Amino acid sequence: MSFLDQTARSFLMIELVKGFALTLKYMFKPKVTINYPFEKGPISPRFRGEHALRRYPNGEERCIACKLCEAICPAQAITIEAEPRDDGSRRTTRYDIDMTKCIYCGLCAEACPVDAIVEGPNFEFATETREELYYNKQKLLDNGDRWEAQIAANLEADAPYR
Amino acid sequence: MPKLTIDGMEVTVEPGTSIIQAAEQLGIEIPRFCYHDKLSVPANCRMCLVEVEKSPKPVASCAMPCADGMNVFTGSPVAQKARKGVMEMLLVNHPLDCPICDQGGECDLQDQAVAYGFDRSRYREEKRAVKDKDLGPLVKTVMTRCIHCTRCVRFGEEIAGVNDIGVLGRGEHLEIGTYVAQMATSELSGNLIDVCPVGALTSKPYAFTARPWELRKVDSLDVFDAVGSNIRIDTRGGAVMRIQPRLNEDVNEEWISDKVRFSWDGLKQNRLDTPYVRTDGKLKPATWNEAFGAIADRIAGLSGQKMAAVAGDTADCEAIVALKDLMAALGCSALECRTDGAQFDTAQPAGWLFNTTIAGLEQADAILLVGTNPRLEAPLVNARIRKTWLANRIKIGLIGEQCDLNYPVKYLGAGAETLEELAAGKGAFADVLKGAKNPVIILGMGALRRADGMAIHALARKLAEAYNMLRNDWNGFNLLHTAASRTGALMLGFTGGNLDKMLSAQMLYLLDADDLPVDKIGKDTFVIYQGHHGDKAAARADVILPGAAYTEKNATYANMEGRVQTARQAMFPPGEAREDWKIIRALSEALNKTLPYDDIAQVRARLAAVHPAFAMPDQPLAAEWKPFGTEGKTDKAPFAAAVKNFYQTDSVTRASKTMADCAAAFTGSSTTAKTGT
Repeated sequence: MSFLDQTARSFLMIELVKGFALTLKYMFKPKVTINYPFEKGPISPRFRGEHALRRYPNGEERCIACKLCEAICPAQAITIEAEPRDDGSRRTTRYDIDMTKCIYCGLCAEACPVDAIVEGPNFEFATETREELYYNKQKLLDNGDRWEAQIAANLEADAPYR
Repeated sequence: MPKLTIDGMEVTVEPGTSIIQAAEQLGIEIPRFCYHDKLSVPANCRMCLVEVEKSPKPVASCAMPCADGMNVFTGSPVAQKARKGVMEMLLVNHPLDCPICDQGGECDLQDQAVAYGFDRSRYREEKRAVKDKDLGPLVKTVMTRCIHCTRCVRFGEEIAGVNDIGVLGRGEHLEIGTYVAQMATSELSGNLIDVCPVGALTSKPYAFTARPWELRKVDSLDVFDAVGSNIRIDTRGGAVMRIQPRLNEDVNEEWISDKVRFSWDGLKQNRLDTPYVRTDGKLKPATWNEAFGAIADRIAGLSGQKMAAVAGDTADCEAIVALKDLMAALGCSALECRTDGAQFDTAQPAGWLFNTTIAGLEQADAILLVGTNPRLEAPLVNARIRKTWLANRIKIGLIGEQCDLNYPVKYLGAGAETLEELAAGKGAFADVLKGAKNPVIILGMGALRRADGMAIHALARKLAEAYNMLRNDWNGFNLLHTAASRTGALMLGFTGGNLDKMLSAQMLYLLDADDLPVDKIGKDTFVIYQGHHGDKAAARADVILPGAAYTEKNATYANMEGRVQTARQAMFPPGEAREDWKIIRALSEALNKTLPYDDIAQVRARLAAVHPAFAMPDQPLAAEWKPFGTEGKTDKAPFAAAVKNFYQTDSVTRASKTMADCAAAFTGSSTTAKTGT
């Protein structure tokens, strides 16, 4: 009986028809792929992307050189040097992140008492050379300025859960 | 002897021991803020509360003496609850700015808040703010962080002997302040930083530069005076970040002077990092081989009689013994370590040691200071004298330049005449010395840096013998040196030359010797300078061999008591510079007089062969009493001060910006100008 059934199926090309039918069905359904880089998928407010150093609304940099991020960094990717600024406040003179060492764990942002170092929503920072991935303070502050609106929105969205 | 139980463990203690000390003997640490081993007990922080059986309330363990049969619980719920209450009150006005506070990571309040604190505050009112005080260029103040433990006040009153800091106001308005807003004028003011349990008093030069967890800590020794203070050098990435004291009850207790603590920035300035050779009248950078070649060429065929070698104030014993052996191989015997021109008999160790020992000063009941200002020449010896005075109100007399010491001193006279009269038994102070059980004389370099030094040395010996200062159980004769290398060099016999003649020898080898009369060096003298700073002597040199500073070498020093101590290398010397004994060893090879040691263990074996004390570290040298000095006529001129500017005494401190700031701040037109502090 099974022999008959199998022979009939192969002569009538049932599998083929089933397969084409599935293809035909998906032709009329909405697409799940996106046209990257012109379209982008949604990301969570907790997304851990490229780092940024933030500023206060008045333009003052937030980082106070407490070095907690440097201490907690499991990949030892952060290097900080600090000294008193002319006005006597505690500021960094050097804030480097080696993005090639970084494992994007987010502990630096977690440790920061003033929300200065954050991992922003940007994940498109591939470079052609390694050297470009050794970020200094200026680069990180520029990142902060560029992404501030979105970072602030993300922090606010995540605040109830922290 | 009371016998008590603490946390179920029985302990028997000396009468008068407090519970906190008894617990410490058992290895139980009771949290505290105001209590400090070396200071009086005010019992005002209340953090050390413990439960004592049959006591209605928790008791402050720092102020409660142990009694027989006491049953103490240090960690019971009652004690825990009491401490939690105390902690909450302490944190009411504390700003909680740990991330920007330099004490963060090594703060008593931070540590104990983890154990006894509450994770959020119930205090909704405004916190109070306190204006910061000006304590000079060394100590930074953030008075809002203060928890009023009054350790700084007690340190100032008891150890430093300056009553500049005090408590003002009461209750909510209580503040620690300088009464007349003047700077802390003590040469020990840096210890305020260690004493403060929170971040109210922190180090200004170290401000914001490092965190305690990123520092590498190395045990070392100080070389800026002859006390041989034990220190800990904290480095990061091959640079000194700060220097802190290390506990040694026999030497510096747990204090160090400001010069020791803050002069490290001088190690980064003005360094010699490559050999130099003078060609056509100008010093030009060279390689080691060129430098050694230049020396070999110049001294080829030169008789050892025409050479001389001088060991300076910060030279280590390894380098001194290597240089001595090299000069001996070259046939030279003109060696000297007394670069300041001090004249005294070097034949008998009892004549140039601090025989009483620094800790032994606590047994003294009358002290005669001759030609010395211990406050500037050896601040920790001075702290010991003050400690003894504070405990027993001993009588102290001074012959020499008048100075502002932080204990009452009877001024006897200015020069050798007074000393002669006193030795003959005249004057009121003679009766004091006669009546004393353990009299002490401290003879300073100010009395010996003169042509009649030998006679004064003999006079001081006569005085010591006349006043019962020498017994089997007591030796009250002391020489107060100012140079860290001096005792070590004398123990190694690096002496006997005539400095004036040596300066005009054909070849002069200067080992770390900056503080000698450079202008008196002969015009045709070939000068080899081995050292770490481009200071006065380096400018005159014909060949410069870059050596290591005290932080950069494994080195042995003997302090003024003849106590042999070892410093460990905290970082590498800059550039081409090398450890000093290695340079001399390499030079000996270039001169075909190869010295018979290749590593530091062999050099130390050689040290022990020259003087057995080098095989017995960390104990004062005991010397047999034999006559010394040459009796003769003394000069009428008054004794001059040995150290005039406390903050700038050698090449490192002269290169230090912090020390320059201190010299400017503390020797300005303030009331302290006359002391030089």
